[in-house]
Amino acid sequence: MSILIDKNTNVICQGFTGSQGTLHCSQAIDYGTNILGGVTPGKGGQTHLDLPVFNSVQDAKIATDANASIIFVPAKFCKPSIMEAIKSGIELIICITEGIPTLDMLEIRELADREGVRIIGPNCPGVITPGECKLGIMPGFIHSPGKVGIVSRSGTLTYEAVDQTTKVGLGQSTCVGIGGDPLPGTSFIDVLELFEEDSQTEGIVMVGEIGGSAEEEAAEYIKHNVSKPVVGYIAGVSAPPGKRMGHAGAIISGGKGTAEDKFSALENAGVRTVKSPSEIGKTILEEISS
Amino acid sequence: MNLHEYQSKQLLENYGLPTAKSVVAFSLEEVTNLVKDLNGSEFVAKVQVHAGGRGKLGGVKITKDINEIKKFAQDWLGKKFVNHQTGEEGKPVSAIMIAESTNIKTEFYLGAVIDRSSQSLVVMASPEGGMDIEKVAEESPDKIFKINIKNEQKEEFDINPLVNGLGLSSNQTLEFKKIVDGLVNLFFQKDLSLIEINPLVIDQNDSLKCLDAKINIDENALFRQEDLLKLRDYSQENQKEIEAAKWDLNYVALDGNIGCMVNGAGLAMATMDIIKLSGGFPANFLDVGGTVDKERVAEAFKIILSDENVKSVLINIFGGIVRCDVVASGIVSAVSEVGVDIPVIVRLKGNNSEEAKQILAESDLNIISADDLSSAAELAVKNSK
Repeated sequence: MSILIDKNTNVICQGFTGSQGTLHCSQAIDYGTNILGGVTPGKGGQTHLDLPVFNSVQDAKIATDANASIIFVPAKFCKPSIMEAIKSGIELIICITEGIPTLDMLEIRELADREGVRIIGPNCPGVITPGECKLGIMPGFIHSPGKVGIVSRSGTLTYEAVDQTTKVGLGQSTCVGIGGDPLPGTSFIDVLELFEEDSQTEGIVMVGEIGGSAEEEAAEYIKHNVSKPVVGYIAGVSAPPGKRMGHAGAIISGGKGTAEDKFSALENAGVRTVKSPSEIGKTILEEISS
Repeated sequence: MNLHEYQSKQLLENYGLPTAKSVVAFSLEEVTNLVKDLNGSEFVAKVQVHAGGRGKLGGVKITKDINEIKKFAQDWLGKKFVNHQTGEEGKPVSAIMIAESTNIKTEFYLGAVIDRSSQSLVVMASPEGGMDIEKVAEESPDKIFKINIKNEQKEEFDINPLVNGLGLSSNQTLEFKKIVDGLVNLFFQKDLSLIEINPLVIDQNDSLKCLDAKINIDENALFRQEDLLKLRDYSQENQKEIEAAKWDLNYVALDGNIGCMVNGAGLAMATMDIIKLSGGFPANFLDVGGTVDKERVAEAFKIILSDENVKSVLINIFGGIVRCDVVASGIVSAVSEVGVDIPVIVRLKGNNSEEAKQILAESDLNIISADDLSSAAELAVKNSK
């Protein structure tokens, strides 16, 4: 088992014919992902990467019966694109795009929650179930099928955790980048719940960062609901207050959202924390082996 | 993006919120001419900078004497406002706002921000106005009253918890409802990320009035807020950060001496953390993003090296889609092109990292290649001393 995606996931891509859509879809196809086609308004009927292009998600859904969509559409067009995917019966939407206005996400989340659709991201590297399905911009070759579930707000920092868990021989069940925006479609808690239920996942790595209180809420959830070992790391101990550190959501404001608070919330919940990201691999190995 | 107080005030007025009558002057001459438009016996003059704590540093003047205002303007215009919020370089004062003074009976706080946990707009009010609201939140959280407004409720919501919390009369309640309606409309229509009216006061006529306003705008929404984009005052922002943004580089200046160049925001923060953990001090946060080519690396170097405190540079790239050997060649040519003469420690991870190491080793430049994150940080710290 794995979570969210596996070899049976059928995928379409919105923003398929653009440079990012083209690059990452061809890599996903090489990885073995079932990409069945894509959507680019005005290019319906054409073929791209040997796959059909459709004018709308609805057309694509009818023709391919896809259940997931990966989105590379520019930020200013994302709201209608995501709304269209939700209304067309797509069950899982993975939005890679960075720069979507917060108020757009507020509206999108309300519709998605009402329709029971899961959104991963935006501003994220995507999701991968190693050896089965790659839906994102992560380098496939560093992953290996295995036992660790990884959930993270950061892209390249996730790759560090992946690389280390591969090197220590544990591998990954599924890796989920929830993204660096203030209002992500899916929270740490949502993913922790799935990992707890997943039989393949034996341990969890959670990578957080400064800003907001998602890590504190996750800590509270772990305390009461997660029996599997969790290793936590929070980026941004050295970040100054009031400054946005790259990600729209990574900002300490009004003394809230510091790495110290998040570390201590996780520790109080019984999570094993590491102060350096280079210790993630060996620490989760110790936790799973003990 | 931040607005000046006078710009925020204009937005409030556009949305029907009551404010004190005021003028903005950019020169001494304008002060003299515009003050004539004001009535009343007392005036409040304030320097316009993107920083709080103006009153404590003499950046606010309350006086009955117009000549005092002229002197205030003369003292401040063209000068820099420097406090702990601005850092030592300070913020230039190029405008003064002068308002008619209001007789204050009571001061409240009113603010709104997106609440991540409840995924809604939270509107907050407190009878402890005029004070630092963060302090109020910490010391007496029971004095802060909140309502949550979902996107779909923005036309109709219940403000009673706020009205009761502030203890308003029935007339004031009507005025307050108009103010909150205007504030919520403003927030949603102009893509704000924060608005604070502090203080919101009851004046001598028992009417509500907004006496100071702070507004931040969601940077991601500026593409559809062209009129607000025109209000951007670049002189209030860090010049290196502006230069970096032109190249799509995410840069934040810090006060250490180890320059950092990393791909990805999370890894960039983690790299700073590891430097600190190894006993060093990062000079900056810099995320070069997904494209790590020669041009971008060269621009990143120029920005990092424009900080003269920098004694060594740590480059940490997790080559996902890009090949490490391509990144390595880019680094080598950027280092020689820019003429970097301090040690550059490079840690490249991912595809073709062995070839990359060889490229770095074969260059006769001051480039040290490191195998992992910890040893890279240690080398950077050692070379910064």
